[in-house]
This record gives sequence, C-alpha cells and structure tokens, in this order.
Amino acid sequence: MTVSGFYALLGIALFAMSLYYVVASREDLRRILSLNIMGVGVFMVLVATAVGPDPFPDPVPHAMVLTGIVVAVSATAFALALLIAGESSE
Amino acid sequence: MSALWATLTVGTPLIAAVVAVVAPRARTIVASLAIAVMLVAALLLAHAVTQAGRLDFSLGGWAAPLGIGWRIDGLTVAMLLVTGVVAWFVTLYARHYFDERASQGAQFYWPLSMMLLASLSALFLSNDLFHWYVTLELLSLSAVALVTLAGKRAALKAAQKYLYASLLGSLCYLMGVAILYQAYGVLDLTLLGDLAEASTPLWVALSLMIAGLLMKSAVFPLHFWLPDAHGSAPAPVSALLSALVVKGAFYILLRLWIHLAPPDLPTLVPTLLGAFGATAIVWGSIKALQTTRLKMLVAYSTVAQLGYLALFFPLSAGAGAAFALTGVIYFIIAHACAKGAMFLAAGNLQRAAGHDDLEHLSPAARALPVSLFAFALGGVSIMGLPPSGGFMAKWTLLNAAVLDGAWHWVALMVVGGLLAAAYIFRALSLSFDVAEDAPPLPANPGATRRMELLSLALASVALLLGINALPVMDLAGIGLVELSQ
Repeated sequence: MTVSGFYALLGIALFAMSLYYVVASREDLRRILSLNIMGVGVFMVLVATAVGPDPFPDPVPHAMVLTGIVVAVSATAFALALLIAGESSE
Repeated sequence: MSALWATLTVGTPLIAAVVAVVAPRARTIVASLAIAVMLVAALLLAHAVTQAGRLDFSLGGWAAPLGIGWRIDGLTVAMLLVTGVVAWFVTLYARHYFDERASQGAQFYWPLSMMLLASLSALFLSNDLFHWYVTLELLSLSAVALVTLAGKRAALKAAQKYLYASLLGSLCYLMGVAILYQAYGVLDLTLLGDLAEASTPLWVALSLMIAGLLMKSAVFPLHFWLPDAHGSAPAPVSALLSALVVKGAFYILLRLWIHLAPPDLPTLVPTLLGAFGATAIVWGSIKALQTTRLKMLVAYSTVAQLGYLALFFPLSAGAGAAFALTGVIYFIIAHACAKGAMFLAAGNLQRAAGHDDLEHLSPAARALPVSLFAFALGGVSIMGLPPSGGFMAKWTLLNAAVLDGAWHWVALMVVGGLLAAAYIFRALSLSFDVAEDAPPLPANPGATRRMELLSLALASVALLLGINALPVMDLAGIGLVELSQ
C-alpha cells in the first residue's frame, strides 16, 4: 500500500469514528470536538488525494483543505459561543 | 451584461450585510434596496436565459477544471426569483417586527439575513461541488445565528441542535466531494457528469453526499432538528428558514441527481428515498395534528411538505420524468411562498396574543382577521386546493405518478392532501373557538396593520402561482427538461 493510501484510510477511519461519536454522544462539548475530528478526517483524505503520478502534488486539494480549516475554525468558534450562551442562560 | 446581473444577485446582499454592521441606522433601507436590486437583477437574468438558453460563466476568468464555474439555467433563475420575492416581503415585515420592541436581536437580523441571501444566491448560481460546500456552510451558519435571535433558552437549544446536524451534514457532503475528486480529478458538475460512470467511488460518494444533503434539507428521518429550530425562531426568520434555506440543500441534491445518478441505478435507491418522503408526509402531518403550538404546527407542516420533494426521486426514474422534474421545482416555489406567508401570519397572531398556544388563540384570531385569512390562504396552497400554486405543483407530480402507473404514490399524495387539510382546519377551527377562560389580549397588540397586509400579500403570491403557472414552469424548465429525458 502506498503512503498516501494509508493516510486516506486513516482519514476515513477518523471520519467514521467521530461520526459515531457525534451521533452517540449526549455531551455538547464532545460533539463539537468530534465534529472537529471528523473534519480532520476529511482533510486527511483530501491531502492524500493530492499525491499523484506527477513529482509535484496537486494544489487544488490543498486549497480546499485551507478553506475547510477556515470554515471549521469559524464553525467551532460559533458552536462554542452558542454552548456558553446556552449554559449561562440556565 | 448578464454576468453583471448574476454578480449583483450575490454582491448586493453581501455589501448590504457589511453596511448593516457599519452603519446601523441605514440598515433597514439598505436591506430593502439590496433586495430590490437583487430582484431586478434576477428578472434581467431571467430575460437573458429565455433569450439565450443556458449561460455559463467562469469566475475571475479562470476556466472550469481549475476555476469555479457558474451555470445559469431556468431552474437557477426561478430559484433566484422566488428567493427575491419571499425575501422582499419578509424584509418589509421584519422592519416592523423588529422595530416594534427594541429587542436585542434586531441589530443582528439585518446583516445575518443579508448574508443568508448572498450565500443562497451563490449556491443557486454555482456549478462547483466545493463551492457548494462553502455556500452551504455560509448558509447554515447565518441560519443558525438567526435562530438564536429569539434569545430564549429554547431557541438557543434548538440552534445548537440545528448547528450540529448542519455541520454533520456538511462534513458528510465534503467527504463525498473528496472521494469524487480522488476518483475523477474535477469539481465542476458538468465535467464530472461527463466523466462519471457507475463505479464504487461514485456510489460511496453519492451516498455520503445524499445523506448529508437530506440532513440539511430535513427529509425524514433526518428532520429531527427542524421543528424546534423553525418553531422557536422569530417569525421573519422562521419564514426565511422554512421557505428558502432547506430548499438550498435540496437544490444541490436535485442537481447532483440529474447529472450524476447513473442510468442503471437499482430501483432500490429512489424507492427508499420515496419511502422516506412518504413517511415524512404522514409523520409530519400527524405531529402537526398533535402539537399545541401554532408555530410548531407550521414547522411540522414543513416536515410533511418536504416529503413531497423526496417523491421526485422514484418518479424521475419512470415514464413521467419530465413531469416529476417540473412538479418538484414548482412545489419548491409554491411551498416557499405559502409557508413564508403562514409563518408571517402566525407571527402576527403570536404577537397579538403574546403566545402561540393554539387553545387560547381565539381572541387574537378575532382581533386580526386579515392575518387569519392570510394563514388560511397559505393553507389552501399547502393542502393543494385549486387555484393555488400548491395545487399546480401537486397536479404535475400526480401526472408524473399516473404516467408511471405508480398508484401507491398517487394514493399517498391524496392522503397527504387530506392530512394537510386536517391540520390546517384544526388551527383555523381552534382559532374560531370561543374560549371562555382565554386570557385577555395584551393592551398593545404588537402586530401592525402593515404586517398583516404583508403576510396576506405573500399568501396571494402563492395563490397567483396557481393561476399563472405555465410561464413560471416554462422558465424553470429551460436547459433542464432535455437533460431529464
């Protein structure tokens, strides 16, 4: 198995494990963390797809991962803010 | 010129969102202006599409494999137009809704709703799988933030649930995009449609993307987040969410299905999706019959109505494929106007009564006959009675089912219409009840005459859609109907 294939499989495993946790967990903070790890799983698969027969990696998946990280960071910040607002309104 | 019109439909709300933050005093005027510009641009774009057929643009001059392509056909324009029309009435309504009481949420409504419209426009124009992911995230982040404006604890909890469901859906979608990129090396839907053939990666990717998008468009059994979120948001927000936001995700699903679903699809997949839709229609209606709150009733009605959209999948495989496509598009349009009007009317009743408890709504309903009438008029379209937009949509879907000989779907749609009539008449009859123990109305009824008329105007659009259906159906079919045959 190639190294990139190994990373893609790891990414899929991370995705699947955290998918289970998002659905099964009842705690908000755990859910937010799992959603983050799920995103990391997708990003790993994307980075692994950048490796091809060419000597240089394909830049498009890297651009997608960068955009994805920005989205993930803002979504996480928002989720945490909502969590805090929910706790403090009790 | 049409490139400019297309850019304006995204650009003006985006600029208005920034202006609403920087210059809060001008926010209502800027927002109304932005939607007016958006609506005019969408009309000009509609004209261009009827003249030239499909339009393709490459953003920034970078062509498709590397750059992002916009593809504008009749469906795009129809969605932009319905977005503009619903947003126009909702924004005028929101001016009164949020100014009546200087609530804390008011200042955030304007930038967030403008962001929501900008991301919706970009979503409808796009033809690129990854760009869709970005617009979906922008759309759901602004939608979730809008739900929190109600400020109550229930709304915050609902927003959290909505956010998790939404992020989960987006990530499943993104994983599908990653797998497709690995297999085919392109993100443009048209290019991908030419390359894709029935293979394991395509299957896995499509299943992930369909599951994610079903979650975001709240099709049963992934609808669990919708009733709380739509039921607890402020009325103008509920109207935007139910009328437009869920349709955004469904639009992508429709595009993927048309371009990527392999012709030798085993019938199990569309039948399963149709069964989800059927369950949604029955389950959503039953929940709407049981709920004790008016806004929850309207929200559960959305769950039921979204079930009809899923009926497109089994019908699109049969002899009535062209009817199924036109029918589902018209259903989206008619439902957007009718449901928007019903949420605005429900907001008026809730404002006047100070609550939306169905049992005690009769004093408010008698004080606001125009709102009650608007609610009923929207309900006519939801039930699918002639001469409403909902009737034309259901009639077209029924045609598709009859051509296909799929009598079980015909029966389902008839039962669905009866169930819809049951829960809408339930709301109306409870409002007419003279409840002796009903608490008196608050001294200062919060719903103005103008808010009542706005809900009535949007309900009338839903009705007009039935009388004047053919031009809209023709427009929506440009560049699409040939594909589905």
